[in-house]
Amino acid sequence: MIKLNINGKLRQINLPMDTPLLWALRDHQGLTGTKFGCGMGLCGACTVHLDGAATRSCVTPISIAVGKKIVTIEAIDQDSTGKKVQEAWLTQGVPQCGYCQPGQIMAATALLKLNPSPSDADIDKAMSGNICRCGTYCRIRSAIKQVASITEIKP
Amino acid sequence: MKSPLHHPDLSTDILNADDDSLLITNISRRIFLKDMALTGFVLAAGFPSLLRADETTPSSTKEKYGADAMPHGWVDNPLVFVAIAIDGTVTIICHRSEMGQGVRTSLPMVVADELEANWQRVRVEQAPGDESRYGNQDTDGSRSMRHFFMPMRRVGAAARTMLESAAAAHWKVPVQDVRAEQHQVIHPATGRTLGYGELAKAAAKLPVPARETLRLKNPADFRYIGKGQVGIYDGQDIVTGHAQYGIDTRLKDMLYAVVARPPVFGGKVLSYDAKNALKVPGVIKVIELPSSPPPADFNPLGGIAVIASNTWAAIQGRMALKIDWEKGPHGSYDSVTYKAELEAAARKSGKMVRNDGDLDAALQVAAKRVNAEYYAPHLAQAPMEPPAATARIIKGVCEIWTCTQAPQVSRERVAKWLKLPEDKVTIHVTLLGGGFGRKSKPDYVIEAALLSQAMNGKPVKLTWTREDDLHHSYFHTVSVERLEAGLDTQGKPLAWLHRTVAPTISSTFGPDSKHQMATELGMGVINVPFDIPNLRIENPEAQAHTRIGWFRSVSNIPHAFAIQSFVAELAVAAGRDHKDFLLDLIGPPRRIDPRTLGDVWNHGESPEVYPVDTGRLRRVIEAVSHEATWGRILPKGQGLGLAAHYSFVTYVAVVVEVAVDEQGKLSIPRIDIAVDCGPQVNPERIRSQLEGACIMGVSLATLGEISFKEGAVVQDNFHTYQLTRMDEAPREIRIHILPTTDFNTPLGGVGEPGVPPIAPALCNAIFAATGQRIRQLPIRDQLRKD
Repeated sequence: MIKLNINGKLRQINLPMDTPLLWALRDHQGLTGTKFGCGMGLCGACTVHLDGAATRSCVTPISIAVGKKIVTIEAIDQDSTGKKVQEAWLTQGVPQCGYCQPGQIMAATALLKLNPSPSDADIDKAMSGNICRCGTYCRIRSAIKQVASITEIKP
Repeated sequence: MKSPLHHPDLSTDILNADDDSLLITNISRRIFLKDMALTGFVLAAGFPSLLRADETTPSSTKEKYGADAMPHGWVDNPLVFVAIAIDGTVTIICHRSEMGQGVRTSLPMVVADELEANWQRVRVEQAPGDESRYGNQDTDGSRSMRHFFMPMRRVGAAARTMLESAAAAHWKVPVQDVRAEQHQVIHPATGRTLGYGELAKAAAKLPVPARETLRLKNPADFRYIGKGQVGIYDGQDIVTGHAQYGIDTRLKDMLYAVVARPPVFGGKVLSYDAKNALKVPGVIKVIELPSSPPPADFNPLGGIAVIASNTWAAIQGRMALKIDWEKGPHGSYDSVTYKAELEAAARKSGKMVRNDGDLDAALQVAAKRVNAEYYAPHLAQAPMEPPAATARIIKGVCEIWTCTQAPQVSRERVAKWLKLPEDKVTIHVTLLGGGFGRKSKPDYVIEAALLSQAMNGKPVKLTWTREDDLHHSYFHTVSVERLEAGLDTQGKPLAWLHRTVAPTISSTFGPDSKHQMATELGMGVINVPFDIPNLRIENPEAQAHTRIGWFRSVSNIPHAFAIQSFVAELAVAAGRDHKDFLLDLIGPPRRIDPRTLGDVWNHGESPEVYPVDTGRLRRVIEAVSHEATWGRILPKGQGLGLAAHYSFVTYVAVVVEVAVDEQGKLSIPRIDIAVDCGPQVNPERIRSQLEGACIMGVSLATLGEISFKEGAVVQDNFHTYQLTRMDEAPREIRIHILPTTDFNTPLGGVGEPGVPPIAPALCNAIFAATGQRIRQLPIRDQLRKD
């Protein structure tokens, strides 16, 4: 039995320590916004934040998450950048099927918190771990830039 | 009587997430539905006698086209699709599956527009699989809007008429003196108004007006149709992680399953040892699923299932299984050898499927002969959400929650496998995390039902891992297309020979004919609209060794790749500009009866209503050339490529701009794509579909390949089956939709027609940039300079 800090609350988890965080979130905690796409950290659909860093939960054993702050898509609106990213996603009409978008939003939020005005190359670097089969990349880029243009503070 | 508002949320024992915000979301929706049930909604509850009137059904002596030709046709009864609560909330049923094309927004939006409903007060509910009630639900073939635009307009108009009649009766004024406007009916002479909620009960008691008396809106008065101002209905749920896909279903006491399936199609379990699997913590049971004899159809592949208390335990249990497989008849399927077989077949005559003029004579006298072979490999649809389904059986009633493009087919097949009457099977349709044709095949839905049955009806969620998805898809065909043309002294084509060789989808559903069906030949090869006097199309044999199925755009992909690449090669041979050459090849604007081209299918549409219109094909080429500034001079290593293709009764032309650096690294700064799909119901979603088509086209052209070795798929996951990512995606995609304001003209498809011209336009651009001609997909590292 371990305790995990998930979206600001301590949750008891009774699973083997090598269980990937993804399945603890989805099957045990019912937080199904974090998606399964590959199970190998190749597609980014399962992206969550561990202490603010974008992390592929499908290859992260729960043992590694102990003592860290886990934030999932269900609570990212409590972060001001996350909220802006969600709004930009709707303004730009990013989602098609929407399945990869929680992971995309978590990756974009982590990027923008570290780097409030990313270049195209920065965006490529931060976002190329997330696959979108519907092909929403151009709108994802626009949405990230929309947030950047709002939050950017010029000296 | 059943309410039409079947939705997973109605099940009292669906588990909500522990997260509080999720609970609130679901509870609020459930309260809403419960309230409606208590207060009684009005335009609701089915009256099967009101289903489609016989007189409008085309008689059996006449050919059926469009929605009429689909199983269970269409339904336009407002009592089936619309419910209005006394608080005025309008609930509209969406009976087609949402997989990213926006159908849960666009079809209800059509109803809402004709109904004069305020979109802010509209709720959308998803229909379960029940085609006798809702009409055809097979969400494929780019036809949701073109088949249901008019029925949904009539649904809205009929409901509006009933509300107007109720108001007129209440005020005791003639119905023509009142009008519906944004959720209320107005009597302009007195300024009186009644809201839809107030009118709902009285309106429900009125007869549904006859179809021929309906007054449809003047398109100039549309509020939502054609405007592109309505955001997608599920947008908020998607960005907050609350959207429910098939893989997200959670039921009380639910078990989790994965299945080890025969690695080779047609194989089966010889023996297995479950001892170690059962030792894995959380594993509950190991069950053998029977394999099915050919044809594959939608039958499960058989194998060994592991049932566990969570998905991870089930996956670990599966890894611990020891299974001996019998490979079966396709155990030596090898993509390298098979390619050589296809090439050999393409170099000899085969079944003639179209023959105009005298090809041999024309080739004899040609001043120049050009030939080329093009190869396009198998592909897997690889929707980001892999196949998944949850089933339970209580007292002989099976309920399934799943991401399916084919809810009715799923229902029929599950009923057959469980030996239950169809009305004892309910298919709840969740959102689909992508479909692309994979989720039209409900093998996984049947698997879930069988596993629940094996667990005495307990709820079982079956999840396919990515490896399962790539190993056991219904694969896009693999093809060799061989083309030969004879040019006269001016470079004008006199002769055109096309041999298309590819295993057919029909082999999945019956004995392998080894020849493409009319539906496959009609995807751009037999119905090529070129103005060439001597033209022959042949279809030599190709045997299938795996489950061949449809992938977004289907056979249009290899056909367009070959034909549109070859036209560019001919333009070079003729020393002419590609665009001018292509326009000359298409010839003057004319409306061609597809039957005269040997195409008896015509994407299922009437040849009179949907002729092949070369004028429209010319216009998209001219539009895209203008927008992309075709002919502009680019620096060394950069180039523009053009391609055009007609599919799903829509016309598309593309210009791709590429840059290839000295190491041979490809980048795509820009794609321009012009489309003529007739009137545009939701232009914003048309744009998003075309943007997606560009990405998918680039992905399959540059990276996409499923190959077989010793009968089994080589690729395992996204490291070996690569898809285009953001850093290699086109940087800019410019969509040019040809304007059409006449909503009386027929609609074209949108979801698929954008994909086929991308690969050839890209390869033509690479040729312009480098002089290197790509004839084999994917491009992968063919450009690399070492």
